[in-house]
Amino acid sequence: MPTTAPSAPPARALADVTASDSTLRRFLHGLPGVDAVGLEARAASLGTRSIKTTAKAYAIDLAISMVDLTTLEGADTPGKVRALGAKAVHPDPTDRTTPTTAAVCVYPDMVAVAKEAVAGSGVKVASVATAFPAGRAALDVKLADVRDAVAAGADEIDMVIDRGAFLAGKYMKVYDEIVAVKEACGTSARLKVIFETGELSTYDNIRRASWLGMLAGADFIKTSTGKVAVNATPANTLLMLEAVRDFRAQTGVQVGVKPAGGIRTSKDAIKFLVLVNETVGEDWLDNHWFRFGASSLLNDLLMQRQKLATGRYSGPDYVTVD
Amino acid sequence: MTIEKRSSAFEYAPAPESRSIVDIAPSYGLFIDGEFAEAADGKVFKTVSPSTEEVLSEVAQAGQADVDRAVQAARRAFAKWSALPGAERAKYLFRIARIIQERSRELAVLETLDNGKPIKETRDADLPLVAAHFFYYAGWADKLDHAGFGPAPKPLGVAGQVIPWNFPLLMLAWKIAPALATGNTVVLKPAETTPLSALFFADVCRQAGLPKGVVNILPGYGDAGAALVAHPDVNKVAFTGSTAVGKEIARTVAGTHKKLTLELGGKGANIVFDDAPIDQAVEGIVNGIFFNQGQVCCAGSRLLVQESIHDELLDSLKRRLSTLRLGDPLDKNTDIGAINSAEQLARITALAERGEAEGAERWSPACELPSSGYWFAPTLFTNVTQAHTIARDEIFGPVLSVLTFRTPDEAVAKANNTPYGLSAGIWTEKGSRILAVANKLRAGVIWSNTFNKFDPTSPFGGYKESGFGREGGRHGLEAYLDV
Repeated sequence: MPTTAPSAPPARALADVTASDSTLRRFLHGLPGVDAVGLEARAASLGTRSIKTTAKAYAIDLAISMVDLTTLEGADTPGKVRALGAKAVHPDPTDRTTPTTAAVCVYPDMVAVAKEAVAGSGVKVASVATAFPAGRAALDVKLADVRDAVAAGADEIDMVIDRGAFLAGKYMKVYDEIVAVKEACGTSARLKVIFETGELSTYDNIRRASWLGMLAGADFIKTSTGKVAVNATPANTLLMLEAVRDFRAQTGVQVGVKPAGGIRTSKDAIKFLVLVNETVGEDWLDNHWFRFGASSLLNDLLMQRQKLATGRYSGPDYVTVD
Repeated sequence: MTIEKRSSAFEYAPAPESRSIVDIAPSYGLFIDGEFAEAADGKVFKTVSPSTEEVLSEVAQAGQADVDRAVQAARRAFAKWSALPGAERAKYLFRIARIIQERSRELAVLETLDNGKPIKETRDADLPLVAAHFFYYAGWADKLDHAGFGPAPKPLGVAGQVIPWNFPLLMLAWKIAPALATGNTVVLKPAETTPLSALFFADVCRQAGLPKGVVNILPGYGDAGAALVAHPDVNKVAFTGSTAVGKEIARTVAGTHKKLTLELGGKGANIVFDDAPIDQAVEGIVNGIFFNQGQVCCAGSRLLVQESIHDELLDSLKRRLSTLRLGDPLDKNTDIGAINSAEQLARITALAERGEAEGAERWSPACELPSSGYWFAPTLFTNVTQAHTIARDEIFGPVLSVLTFRTPDEAVAKANNTPYGLSAGIWTEKGSRILAVANKLRAGVIWSNTFNKFDPTSPFGGYKESGFGREGGRHGLEAYLDV
């Protein structure tokens, strides 16, 4: 089913929107507003869905297959990354029917190691780039960062937008930067654009950033770096799902969504899948279009999976700590 | 009972709330003077589950003689109850509120079985509001001197209360909590299709040690309600239900000393301006008309949408309606439950057919209805004008009439062009417009950028043929005080 051109052209239907700074600003500010109370109420109400038995088993396997297993620490070493890769390929060594994760997500200098660790498994290697997580560097530095990762074999690039420029209203600067990064990704790497929604702060901003990212050619829009206080929430993810839904309706281009940071339990992950199911439907229920940026989530999913299979909880000593 | 055909790969497995938490007896009596008793003439009626037509229980049917006994019991209890210090009455109300919270799962399942509404609603809306109402009025019981009705305001005496079937326990709470807080005693008649939660409430009263005769519950039909309203020893009549019956009651009560409040029908306008937060407006429209299958007097049954965004909004609305899950009300994932009775279903069906016959365009999402029980698919009518019956008559079902307007003035004119005046909604991101339009709408409750939000602190009631008097809040005390 996933058949997107790796570098879909910026939506032609909206080409004139990005003709100048002022047309872009007018367009983004003309998007319908977001009522915060209503948005959060809708997200909370979908959170009360009760997912049981067969539906739960399906959701857990789907969630495992959507995990971008992540390590983004200063202390990352080749050993740590190799272990992570092994875990992504065989999340549960006691049960080979467990799906692999979607990807491992590492810093650019670890891409080569990660690539080797997951070779032949179908697991992708994603790399954060563009002076992650702050994004405070000159454009050529950011682009060099991206080219490095791509040259090392990254299948996906997770970039951060310039939140300073966005909050200052310099939308065209943000747009141009995303376009440049997209170009640096070439045809081999898919681009995820991180907004750092916790720093954008308002839902109106998140909606505008979503459209800005999609207009600039993002293959995925992603909530957060996981490095600030507020990361993925059901409400901001719901809002971004609405954005990709509306963008496809207007342009025919499908864009993926990746909530990242703060999703730690199976219960949480299933709530996000319910949001996907009831907002954009099954077209997005696939790891080509929806991901979880997470590290500790995987083990909880595995424990829940074991519980469904055996009828009892095995505990944290029965899943691997890598 | 899986009834929805869904193409999605992510099919939700049935997640039914356990029915075993509630123990429904094969028969129930009337609750008079603290005891359950058979009707004087021995009459009984059956109450069924609207989602399956299964008989849940057989209930004693009150007649004139029973009304007499109940009113006498309430009269006897009045002297002592009204003489209690407010703080003492408050203790009983707080106790009732806590027992309701403790038994909320049981009562939610019971209400869902007897009424047909989804467990999601009884669990997350009805029961929390019921408890909140008792807590709220418990707080007023010892502060009546400071409520703005003069020093030491006096209760009226015996309150005769007749409630509808759409929110059986919540309407009971709206009636009984302020009546008891102010020192009145009560004879309450629940609707004939939903008597059970009121009878369970009788048990809650016993559990709370409420003195005998303070609350009397008389399940029965319209004749029992009429007898109660007409009873010469009743001092206060409170009714929630149809406008036709409300008019009848007003005629009965006219010329007597009885104090009267009526909460009647509605044809609420939900006005969506072109600068509205569209995704949230869609949720509000859905909540406005499909909450409780549209069997809500304050439902937003007329959608007034600015013509410039009509098509876009309707596309979004239809897409959203396609995700509604209709089916077993006890399933925690059900959004749309059963219609309360065969009679109500027939009325909704007839009005919808009338809408089609008058030329409005009918639309429903693909949705398979269960083979037994009373069901009606969520329905939209477009190309509706003020002249259509479905834009004027209260349907009291999951049927939305969509009309358009061009300017704010036209929106206000159309919204007010109804004999009713209970609720309205305004959707716009512009604060000044909310205030300007709200000031011109003649409706008792106006929601902005939300719909069907209830709170015990907020007064609720109608303009015009939607009734008079207010329930809830400080205003709700007045109806039960001799002021």
